[in-house]
Amino acid sequence: MLRFRNLLGALVLGAGALLSAAPARAAGEAVAIPDTRFSFDGIFGTFDRASLQRGFQVYKEVCSACHSMHLLSYRNLLEIGFTGDQARALAAQFQVMDGPNDQGEMFERPARLSDRFRRPFPNDQAARAANNGALPPDLSVIVKARPGGADYIHALLTGYSDPPEGFQLGQGMNYNKYFPGHQIAMPNVLNPGQVQFADGTEGSVENMAHDVSSFLAWAAEPELEQRRRMGVRIILFLVVIGGLTYAVKRKVWADVH
Amino acid sequence: MAGLHQSDFKNPVVRWIDTRLPVFTLLQKEYGTFPTPRNFNYLWNFGALAIVNLLIMIATGVFLSMNYTAHTAYAFDSVERIMRDVNYGWLLRYVHSNGASMFFIVVYIHIWRGLWYGSYKAPREILWMLGVVIFLLMMATAFMGYVLPWGQMSFWGATVITNLFSAFPLVGQHIVTWLWGGFSVDNPTLNRFFSLHYLLPFVIFGVVFLHIAALHITGSNNPLGIDPKGPQDTLPFHPYYTIKDSVGLIVYFIVFAVLVFFAPNYLGHPDNYIPANPLQTPEHIVPEWYFLPFYAILRAVPDKLGGVLLMFGSIAILFILPWLDTSGVRSMRFRPIARWFLLLWGLNFLLLMWAGGKPAEGIYVTIARLATVYYFLYFLVILPLLGRLERPLKLPESIAAPVLRGGGPVPAGAAAKPMEKA
Ligand code: HEC
Ligand code: HEM
Repeated sequence: MLRFRNLLGALVLGAGALLSAAPARAAGEAVAIPDTRFSFDGIFGTFDRASLQRGFQVYKEVCSACHSMHLLSYRNLLEIGFTGDQARALAAQFQVMDGPNDQGEMFERPARLSDRFRRPFPNDQAARAANNGALPPDLSVIVKARPGGADYIHALLTGYSDPPEGFQLGQGMNYNKYFPGHQIAMPNVLNPGQVQFADGTEGSVENMAHDVSSFLAWAAEPELEQRRRMGVRIILFLVVIGGLTYAVKRKVWADVH
Repeated sequence: MAGLHQSDFKNPVVRWIDTRLPVFTLLQKEYGTFPTPRNFNYLWNFGALAIVNLLIMIATGVFLSMNYTAHTAYAFDSVERIMRDVNYGWLLRYVHSNGASMFFIVVYIHIWRGLWYGSYKAPREILWMLGVVIFLLMMATAFMGYVLPWGQMSFWGATVITNLFSAFPLVGQHIVTWLWGGFSVDNPTLNRFFSLHYLLPFVIFGVVFLHIAALHITGSNNPLGIDPKGPQDTLPFHPYYTIKDSVGLIVYFIVFAVLVFFAPNYLGHPDNYIPANPLQTPEHIVPEWYFLPFYAILRAVPDKLGGVLLMFGSIAILFILPWLDTSGVRSMRFRPIARWFLLLWGLNFLLLMWAGGKPAEGIYVTIARLATVYYFLYFLVILPLLGRLERPLKLPESIAAPVLRGGGPVPAGAAAKPMEKA
């Protein structure tokens, strides 16, 4: 993905200087984020529906314990290939707050398609209190909010290890090769076999990380496929019209030169 | 002079309107038969492109505003809602945000054209100064627009830039409080920025009108920088330049489309997808790419007030450029020495842009300082001196002369001929 953007940048602006406008977020020495192959890489890439569905499963069973995705609604699950019944059943597994009812009381009920993804904590303070003082960020647009995008999420989830010799790790912190500063409050949450995929895909850390990164990429840019499809058509159209316009221009100017 | 206008139009409806309000005659005169130098190159497309760009910004902006919420608690989410739940909302928003970048690309090239061919010189000084006013208004508009999505860079960019005014002695802090409508960038700031962001493009529209009115008094400059001497030197604007502008417009749309459809966030900063958080300062606060050269000048000066003055000075100096350049020759084509200095100035501007995106430390500061010195040196010393010292090349006798050798025939339609039908 990165390679394509670089190419494009050079093409569009020719001013390589602009490339460096986005400085590395990392404190200290920056670690290069490995390039992961995703189905949505490149100009014509599209999302792999099966992978997105597995990714949602990973989010639901693992990440949603700490991270909200409040910009998404359960109805959005229809866009990644779940049927109406499947999506309704998935939503119903979450209890959401509703009300007030006729008695003026708030009550819990199973979520419906029209509900936003349930937030795991009632407020940021509660989220911090449960996470050693750190706030698990909302994941709705996290892929757009980090340099490296989906590659970075994948690297982060697979980047846990013991700290190198002499590295001072803070209380309750974990070592991660790709997190800026290498100390992250989020524990290593993906362990082999943790998620049982119904389609027989092995629940390896690599697979889970790959699928959940894809899911988060879709969540951040659900319009991506439509956008690229439209882009190809519009650019082809413009090239044709451009050719015709140029031909007319030559004709109009023929008597001048 | 009162009385009905003598209309040349045949179509009865057009004629009826035109005798009472001669807009068709005006259009015909200013965009139909308007005598235009015959030797424009494609750099002369960029004014027309800028107008199209302004219209695109207004059109997309009006529709964005219908779904945008100017409140610190909702702004970020409302922009994402536009992207997700409004039909083609992602398209509106990406056209608008990348449109701002396209606008600056177009206007920078437009300004460069003016510098290279001496379009700022007599008799086009007011035309040029109106252009600088547009540029300033654009910067204010884009700055306030960038605050609206209320991401981390929105908030911190707004904080850094408004804080610049605190550098002024005595009144500085009061100005900042007044700008903010409080004691920090907060909801009142967001509200007024939205209001102004909606207003300023229409002010720009007004100034653009004056800019073009002035243009149609002096007529266009051209790559040779000499005045047209007669009909053999000019062509009617339509169809020659309407079609040439159309070619440029389509190339512009293609570049625009590549950005919008395939790299919509390429020129943005990832941090602006993190909701604004007044308690957490980003590692590096960087403005949008189009502000980087001026940001570099600001940070090149160790003293805050000095930096602010120099930054504003770097644009203010453009106002007096027509009088700093003492050479009577407009086009750099005929200025064998000055053109190298101007080329260097252009590269220097890109260098400043690069330095502005780097952290303000070590070698980057040194580079930014040297580049800042050259930025001003060019205007304040080199141009005034070269006008006296440089020996320009011999100017051609007329625009037509170098192309057609000794004039050539007057092209069909060059003499004002009214349109057959509207
Ligand atoms: C036990 C709670 C918990 C779980 C489960 C969890 N996270 Fe986190 N996550 C956190 C916390 C806490 C942070 C904030 C870390 C910090 O700022 O040091 C975080 C931060 C992150 C970040 C942001 C890193 C950055 O660059 O700032 C990402 C991305 C992320 N988590 C993804 C995930 C994904 C994907 C999953 C599911 C596979 C997941 N998390 C599961 C607690 C959790
Ligand atoms: C000179 C023309 C204009 C320029 C240069 C400009 C620039 C910008 C920029 C840079 C942004 C931030 C984009 C982002 O990151 O989301 C923005 C947002 C916005 N602008 Fe404009 N704009 C212009 C005209 C207008 C007009 C005329 C309107 C309304 C009539 C408008 C309404 C908005 C709204 C509602 C937003 C917030 C939504 C968003 O962030 O996408 N703009 N503008």
